[in-house]
Formats: sequence, C-alpha cells, structure tokens
Amino acid sequence: MLRESLPQWDYVLAAYAVMVLAMAAMIAWSWLAMRRAEKRRDAVKRR
Amino acid sequence: MHIYANPKRFLSLASWLTPLLFFSGLVLAGGVIVYGLAPELPAWLVALGLQPVPPDRLMGETVRILFIHVPAAWLGMGGWTGIALSSAALLIWKHPLAALSARAIAVPGLIFTIACLVTGSIWGRPTWGTWWVWDGRLTSMLVLMFLYIGYLALAQATAREGASPTIAAIFGLVGAINIPIINRSVVWWNSLHQPPSITAGKSAIDPTFLVPLMVAVLGFSLLFGAIVLMRMRALIAEQQVEARLRRRALEDEPIPAAGGAMEPA
Repeated sequence: MLRESLPQWDYVLAAYAVMVLAMAAMIAWSWLAMRRAEKRRDAVKRR
Repeated sequence: MHIYANPKRFLSLASWLTPLLFFSGLVLAGGVIVYGLAPELPAWLVALGLQPVPPDRLMGETVRILFIHVPAAWLGMGGWTGIALSSAALLIWKHPLAALSARAIAVPGLIFTIACLVTGSIWGRPTWGTWWVWDGRLTSMLVLMFLYIGYLALAQATAREGASPTIAAIFGLVGAINIPIINRSVVWWNSLHQPPSITAGKSAIDPTFLVPLMVAVLGFSLLFGAIVLMRMRALIAEQQVEARLRRRALEDEPIPAAGGAMEPA
C-alpha cells in the first residue's frame, strides 16, 4: 500500500489552533457585546 | 419555561448562571485541549492513572483531532435544534424571549459549524488524502453553515426593520429538516466519512478516546450555554435601552393644542 508520509502533528496543531482561536474570538466578542450593552442600559437608566 | 418570560426574572437567573457555565466549561474544554495536545503527561497525572492519548492504528496521532471536531459538529447541529425549539416556542406560545434566544444561539452555532468544517478538512488531508469531498455528510454540513448565515441575516434584518420575528422563526423550523439529513447522511450515501461511531447506548470508540471525548463535549456545551446567555443578556439590554429612549422621546414631545376653538376670546 502506498502511504503518504505527512507530518501528523502539524495537522493536529493546526486543527487545535483553529478551534482555540475561534473559541477565544467568540467568547471575547460575546462578553464585550454584553458588557457594552449592559453599561449603556445602566447609563440610560441613570439619565 | 413561562416563569422566565419576564426578562427581569431571566436576568437574575442568567447573572449567576453565565459565570458558572463559562468557568466550568473553560476548565473542562481547556483541560481536554491541553490533554489532546500533550505528547506526554507529567508523572503525577500518570500516577493518578491517566495515560497520554495513544496513536490510533489507522489515523495515528491525528486521532487527537477527534476531541475538538466531534464536539464542534454536535454543537453545530445542536445549535440549530435549539433555534428550531425556540422558533416553535415563539410560534406556539409567543414566548417573549424565544426570538432572542434563537438569535443568541445562531452565532455560536455558526462558529461551531465552521470550526467543524475546518477541523474536519484538516483531519481529512492526512487520513483521506484530500481536504474536501462532495459527499453527503460534508455537503449537508456546508448547507447547515449557509442556513446559519441566512438565518442570521434574516433575524437581524427583521429586528432592524421592526418586522415580525415569526418570519425568521418559520425559517428556523424549516431549516431543521437538514439536521436528520446530516445525521443519516453517512448511512444513506457512500462516504469517505466513517459511519456513526456513537449511537444510543453503544459506542465503537475505545474508552481511551471516548472518555476524553465526552468530557470535551460537556465542556464545549457548557461554553456554548455561557455564550448564548451572554448574547441574550446583550440583546435584552439593547431592547431595554431602545424602549426607554422611545418612552422618553414620547414624554418630551410637546402635546399639540386642540385647535384653539375652546380658548376664551
């Protein structure tokens, strides 16, 4: 059987990097959006 | 469920549930990511009975991608199931938070679907010899990604224009037809993708891989829940600001005089 010799760890690292970056970006975006919206609501309430 | 129709009551629940889901999810998902990337484990973990991930007989070291690819796929599909349930709650019971929860689910659902497609493609290259193949499983998952994009565009447009959220809800229900198609695709059509390894009560996966996989699924699900709560809180706060500003604008508007006919001469 003909087997391609690919560096398997490179693919593992690439896949994990995609997942970690996607998670970090999504969490940061959602948290900032929540904080900004709740701050604005509190400011409008006080006015 | 109707107890939480009141946003105030929902927010009091979400205020303590958000950090709880977030930090427990972060510990579990982060733990599995570190475990999946570690070629060796420290001696104290080995002493506790934990072994490093062994290479698979066929897939070699790339089997480690299982711990992120499968949770991403399940949560991509689970996200749309959540949209469909929320849509049903909106259409049947007119639940006031249903439209918001569907919109809040759509973004993490889309991100997990994209993560599933990208990690699957990366996994396919060393195991199948190709980045992509137009078979039933991969194509139906790609269709799911386009459904999410369509749903987000529709839900945002209807919210911006003040149109009825039922339009997006109907789309959310109709799009759910794709979920059983994704699930059964590897059974109905020939595919490079393996047939289902985990079915109700049974698993073809060795416990060495299955246990960390289940921990990863739990961890990413908790993170998914935390993100949905964060996005719901943001949407509720935006609605409250808009309502308050509108009310204030109405109060500040001068009331026009009633024609002047009743005024004394």
